[in-house]
Amino acid sequence: MSPTATAGTAAAATAATAAERGRAAAPPAHLTMRDALNRALDTALAEDPATLVFGEDVGRLGGVFRVTDGLQRRHGADRVFDTPIAESGIVGLAVGLAMNGWRPVPEIQFDGFAYPAVDQIVNQMARMHYRSRGTAPMPITLRVPSFGGIQAPEHHGESLEALFAHVPGLRVAAPADPLDAYHLLLQSIRGDDPVVFLEPKSRYWDRAPLPEGGLAAAPELPVGASRVVRPGRHATLVAWGAMVRRCLAAADLAAEDGVELEVVDLRWLKPLDADAVAASAARTRRAVVVHEAPLTAGLGGEVAALVTERAFRDLAAPVQRVTGFDVPYPAGPLEPQYLPTVDRILFAVQRTLEY
Amino acid sequence: MSDNTAHDEPELVQLLTPEGELRHHPDYPLDLGAEEVRGLYRDLVLVRRVDTEAVALQRQGELGLWASLLGQEAAQIGSARALRPQDMAFPSYREHGVAWVRGVDPRELLGMFRGVTNGGWDPAEHGLHLYTIVIGSQTLHATGYAMGVQRDGATGGDDGTAVIVYFGDGATSQGDTNEAFNFAAVNNAPVVFFCQNNQWAISEPLERQSRVPLYRRAAGFGFPGVRVDGNDVFASLAVTRRALQHAREGQGPMLIEAFTYRMGAHTTNDDPTRYRVAAELEEWKRKDPILRLRAYMAANGVADDDFFAAVDAEADKLGERVRIECRALPDPDPLDIFHEVYAEPHAQLDLQRAEFADYLASFEDAGAEGGR
Ligand SMILES: Cc1ncc(C[n+]2csc(CCOP(=O)(O)OP(=O)(O)O)c2C)c(N)n1
Ligand SMILES: [Mg+2]
Repeated sequence: MSPTATAGTAAAATAATAAERGRAAAPPAHLTMRDALNRALDTALAEDPATLVFGEDVGRLGGVFRVTDGLQRRHGADRVFDTPIAESGIVGLAVGLAMNGWRPVPEIQFDGFAYPAVDQIVNQMARMHYRSRGTAPMPITLRVPSFGGIQAPEHHGESLEALFAHVPGLRVAAPADPLDAYHLLLQSIRGDDPVVFLEPKSRYWDRAPLPEGGLAAAPELPVGASRVVRPGRHATLVAWGAMVRRCLAAADLAAEDGVELEVVDLRWLKPLDADAVAASAARTRRAVVVHEAPLTAGLGGEVAALVTERAFRDLAAPVQRVTGFDVPYPAGPLEPQYLPTVDRILFAVQRTLEY
Repeated sequence: MSDNTAHDEPELVQLLTPEGELRHHPDYPLDLGAEEVRGLYRDLVLVRRVDTEAVALQRQGELGLWASLLGQEAAQIGSARALRPQDMAFPSYREHGVAWVRGVDPRELLGMFRGVTNGGWDPAEHGLHLYTIVIGSQTLHATGYAMGVQRDGATGGDDGTAVIVYFGDGATSQGDTNEAFNFAAVNNAPVVFFCQNNQWAISEPLERQSRVPLYRRAAGFGFPGVRVDGNDVFASLAVTRRALQHAREGQGPMLIEAFTYRMGAHTTNDDPTRYRVAAELEEWKRKDPILRLRAYMAANGVADDDFFAAVDAEADKLGERVRIECRALPDPDPLDIFHEVYAEPHAQLDLQRAEFADYLASFEDAGAEGGR
């Protein structure tokens, strides 16, 4: 326990809000998203002996991002184990284990390496419950460190959400901050459907203050729910994963000009909390959806359609999309150009305000 | 090859012992002149220097990442020096020695790891395809390429074309690699599978990937496999030459397992102290590929002190050039990301490019820094 864990709650609470926006120094008792995910896995392994964690380098190394650090030591090499390098194999293995009553939580080391596993994910994992008329359980949570922002080499900055949200039978989730990541991952694991869990790797080291009473005391939202992370009345920004913090930064700047932006963290990308998002857009009358993935056939199009269908009469402007471009994810120095910037977000807000 | 256990000691083709003593092998005769031996030594030293500089440049923030070839120089130089100009090589991401031999300037490699490009060089010009990060993929590309060679009628004689593909021990677990083995076997494709078994796939030791010595995998697919001492540049050269000849003449694929060791971290992001013991590295240091060649050369009068000093001086100069050129690599133009996505015009993308150009220009007009 940190010696400063008993610091005043008022100060801690102030730091909390600021830390979520990525501007504050580390508060006294804090944890990173990596820590939170690690604790969620630890909890899942402890509470259900059927839970298994496996993938490339997840054992002794604790994963290349250390998300599985210490789990093999605590829960044994039968339940937390390294696999050969074969992503299709990893997911296929999970499907077989699930059929036999296990609750697999496999890891794909990086987003780009989920592609070799698409056959097992789409053709098998996603539809086994359906094909077996519910007799073959598929409670698999496929963890994938995802999205860009860390200037990694090619194939380490992919956004997979549109691909997997398109597949019937899959659920897709993406956390945006440490405390929420804990519950989101646990809910994904405890749920009985296959979930593709996209972890924003650029946010692994984001810190949040630990609530009094520990992680389990952090607010827990219902499965499938989005959340308003910042209320506002002039326009709604919709985002998930790493782009939530960027939207909060944009909202900070807009506020200086008297524009109050509401920021919605989608959390669940499938099913998508369409009513809540549309309700927010209806309130503010304007919506901008922000994602890292390329524009065309991205999830932004889906959000725009759902909002338009539900809130058409309340909208003062068409839904705007601020996204990556329709190009392969670029190498290092060009990454900041490719990813939605605060300026591009604010320009889109401007377009909706002036519409 | 019916024995599928790892218990018996597999044969290792070795022409130069760790102490620098020459060994004869009946199947792999090698007759090198002093000039050629000195050339190999120079290659080994220079690529190690490029590698050392690259690691340092990454530490200084000049490169995003670097995958070190330390310890694997002989496997790469030996095998690549067995290639002929018409041959095609498919690397993974650690084959800086192969790139060196194929005439790719270290600057191009550094550019990729600096992130100013996703590719770097013209594969056809160098007979070296681009680096491949997705484990195992390139084994199929090499096999397909080799089947094209076959259809061009470019095999069947001493002047034929052969293909070589590089991959790691971990890559042998990947479906693509096993499919490539089978496709190549079924089609008798002129491809040499060159597996650098450096004992580790990031943190996973070989026993997490395979229960049999890797070269024995070939037998199950119906083609020959051989294990060579990958820290022995002579043996790597001789065995690869023979395998390439086999392919060139139309006799089909071969698998070479180059038994070597990754002396450094997996990449500059990796911390091997978390998963392997220091004693292992110490043991492999005694088998260092450069030291044994130097010992051989010194003991047999192949080179004198002046030669070794000259190579060291050349390495110093090369290192300096690499440092300077790396720092001078221009940042790519932001609009580069739109180039060459398609071969044919694409109106939607052109529109995105134009809008992005306007966006960037709006900052120039305002005299401000763009892209918060
Ligand atoms: C399909 C795929 N999965 C995972 C990775 C992540 N990864 C990069 S290197 C590596 C280990 C490769 O080991 P090996 O084949 O032995 O080559 P080495 O790095 O030792 O040269 C892994 C798992 C990847 N690049 N591609
Ligand atoms: Mg290896």
